[in-house]
Amino acid sequence: MSYLDKAALKVVGTRPIRPDGVDKVIGRASFGADHTMPGMLWARVKRSPYAHARILKIDTSKAERLKGVLGVVTAADFPNIANEEAFVGEGPMNFRDLSRNCMARDKALYDGHAVAAVAATSAAIAEEACDLIDVEYEVLPHVIDVEAAMAPNAPILHEDMFTAGVEPKPTKPSNVAKKITFTKGDIAKGFAEAEVIIERKYSTKPVHQAYIEPHACLVTVAPDGQTTIWSSSQGQFMVRAYCAKLLGVDMANIRAIPAEIGGGFGGKTLVYLEPVAMALSKKTGRPVKLVMSREEVFRGTGPAAGGTIEVKLGAKKSGRIVAAELVLKYQAGAFAGSPVGPGCMCAFAMYDLDNVHITGYDVVSNRPKVAAYRAPGAPNSSFGVESCVDELARELGIDPLALREMNAARDGTKTPYGPTLVNVGYLQTIEAAKNHPNYKIPLGPNQGRGIASGFWFNIGGESSASVHVNEDGTVAVVEGNPDIGGSRASMAMMAAEVLGIPYEKVRPVVGDTASIGFTFLTGGSRVTFATGMAVTQAAEKVVEQLKSRAAAIWDISPEAVEWRDGKAFPAGANAGSFEPLSLADIAIKSGRTGGPITAEVSINAQGAGPGFATHVCDVEIDRETGHVKVLRYTAVQDVGRAIHPSYVEGQIQGGVTQGVGWALNEEYIYDKDGRLENAGFLDYRIPVASDMPMIDAVMVEVPNPRHPFGARGVGEVPIVPPMAAVANAIADAVGARMRDLPMSPPKLRAVLDEIDPPRMAAE
Amino acid sequence: MSKHHVTTTINGEPVEYLCEAQQTMLDVLRDELGLTGSKEGCSSGDCGACTIICDGNIVCSCLMLGVEAEGRDITTIEGIAEGDKLHPVQQKFLEHAALQCGFCTPGLIVAAKALLDTTLNPTEEEARYWLAGNLCRCTGYDKILRAVMDAASVMRAEAGQ
Repeated sequence: MSYLDKAALKVVGTRPIRPDGVDKVIGRASFGADHTMPGMLWARVKRSPYAHARILKIDTSKAERLKGVLGVVTAADFPNIANEEAFVGEGPMNFRDLSRNCMARDKALYDGHAVAAVAATSAAIAEEACDLIDVEYEVLPHVIDVEAAMAPNAPILHEDMFTAGVEPKPTKPSNVAKKITFTKGDIAKGFAEAEVIIERKYSTKPVHQAYIEPHACLVTVAPDGQTTIWSSSQGQFMVRAYCAKLLGVDMANIRAIPAEIGGGFGGKTLVYLEPVAMALSKKTGRPVKLVMSREEVFRGTGPAAGGTIEVKLGAKKSGRIVAAELVLKYQAGAFAGSPVGPGCMCAFAMYDLDNVHITGYDVVSNRPKVAAYRAPGAPNSSFGVESCVDELARELGIDPLALREMNAARDGTKTPYGPTLVNVGYLQTIEAAKNHPNYKIPLGPNQGRGIASGFWFNIGGESSASVHVNEDGTVAVVEGNPDIGGSRASMAMMAAEVLGIPYEKVRPVVGDTASIGFTFLTGGSRVTFATGMAVTQAAEKVVEQLKSRAAAIWDISPEAVEWRDGKAFPAGANAGSFEPLSLADIAIKSGRTGGPITAEVSINAQGAGPGFATHVCDVEIDRETGHVKVLRYTAVQDVGRAIHPSYVEGQIQGGVTQGVGWALNEEYIYDKDGRLENAGFLDYRIPVASDMPMIDAVMVEVPNPRHPFGARGVGEVPIVPPMAAVANAIADAVGARMRDLPMSPPKLRAVLDEIDPPRMAAE
Repeated sequence: MSKHHVTTTINGEPVEYLCEAQQTMLDVLRDELGLTGSKEGCSSGDCGACTIICDGNIVCSCLMLGVEAEGRDITTIEGIAEGDKLHPVQQKFLEHAALQCGFCTPGLIVAAKALLDTTLNPTEEEARYWLAGNLCRCTGYDKILRAVMDAASVMRAEAGQ
């Protein structure tokens, strides 16, 4: 069924209090590190101090002799996993790589790479024992920078890595894992037709997802191998799959229970700790708790890829873009699998272009393995493209919104990566931005306004949900996705709408791996779309059952029963004359009319509508310090239909703020030995409350007809435009074009000094 | 190593515990007393997820030792509501959807409550600077500020101001 008639909706589109809210404001919600068990041990991980080193020998004997230590594990305690692609997490993954990322085997590939772990009666003893583990290393030359890693004489991380996607097949190993290309039309012809050509190079730094909750888990392996895992992750089924594979056990022996998750943004779509804690629990026979410190989070997990973005645009003087070329070089970290694919896909998807050529390189270097981060890959490539489009607009003297409008992708546009767009709302976001009062506010000295747009394709995928009618007519909904930002509320709202009962009568829970059918992880902006679709269909099945139960009570045909406003009615006079039966009336009699009323639906949801956004950012520059203040920020986005508008706005505001941090402050800083120098929130500065203004989240609603309520993913596209929006605003304010992130005060000062050299007092 | 005996008041109740000299107040709350509402995000005083009120001042409990609680009066997130009545800050956090993952929420609510104990008339800028020691990665702070400012106005009305 479809529920696109907004006026007919009673629950969807309202702003009720989230079902898990009270627990979270009184401190009672249980997150990853909040679980304990009797007899529990505490574990700590020993990490490599070298960026690149061969592990010659690990001597754990001194650690094992320390009083209170019950077990030590190294790579020798894990099966040596074969090279095998894994479709478990978000983005490309390999079981062998993941195993070696959780516990280094043969070589340590980055500063912070796990080399051993200890379980002891206290965290302090485990920490002390880590210091007693003697690791003999042969330090190898390392490489941090992406372009240095691509150079012919670069230190090679993996002797068996040969660049895929090039012909003939290379015979020499390389740090370039993969080369990909996307082509549309004839790029040479396009540039030949161009009247203006702009060619620029941009770069971004890796940034951490910086969820406030460090990774945490508690694992218990019983003597018969039965394993229970409590952990904070974006997917309990993902945790189960990785742990089963990495430890070589059957999935049926593992039950993964999702804790409340303290932020993820893509960074918790893979495992670091669970397999290690599981190996320690197996070895010691005791439950094992393993929690990362913030320093370990920075050194050993995430980040998002950084890299270079080379953009070449050809246009007519009218502003029509006739050729677009792009080269992306993305850091993958120590193992293959940067998000360069989505970076390529999203880069030009905002534009209706005839001639496109995109090349992407996936490059390993001695950094932590990158993890997904909100629209993985798209913010980098869009920073380049949207900055370059702004440079083009300035060159041509055309308003940046008008230039985008002229070239905008719309229904019928064939994207450079293949699909043809339908039911998209990009033009509507441009229109709304243009008409927003913020776009017309006059700017003062040293103030500037920047525009940028963004695209994210969004995904659907496998989701399961069940709806159970309780004996008193209230309803339980079980879903398989960890609730990372209020999705329990939207699940309950969709179920309540379909059933015709008040939202408060529906209580949603997130099930563990044994309590609900397989559900792909929380990511790709898929939950409200795909799992929401499963919830809706399960609720519809329950409605069918309620109708047939009413029919049985009335002794009429089920087709003669109508369901509306949470009640069964005879459908017209021919059906007979009966008092309507409420859900509660039917529920209480369910034992006598066929048993419990319940439905579970498992689907592979297709038709996730892509998301477009257009952002307008106003900044003020302090010329003396190079500090950039964001004065106001307007983020317009096609959200399809907002199920719970407050949480949709929240996604937009959160994504924007992360993007502003990426633009202005955040970066990984390595010393000459390849050690991370700023592994803490003091030196890796994410935006704080006093850095930000209120953020005007403007929702444009172009319903996605493939979803019963018209929803499309909303969580990711908000982080795509901000970096270019800020850069374009800085260029507008002071004429300084910043092409390398972050646009931190010293860098902006340097550019300002170049434009307007400081004069000595004597002059 | 012998443990230290500490007598203190937590959330209005007399509490005694034994702790080691190096244990932080956050360790004591979470691991010895089972008060896991205070969260550990950094253990260096940068994120504010472990914020408590000690003798009227907000402190990061990861920067305070367990033994320092001797004779003090401590409020944690578990003590902000009065029985089943939520504090206006808690209620407004819910109404304004001022939390997404909820991990920073306890620290922010404790800090915001302390702000409103100090003044019921904060400007938005004052509130932003007061809360600048509490990191939130999900919300962009917009709805948090709205919730705090709204709570202030409710409390002003309750106080007849």
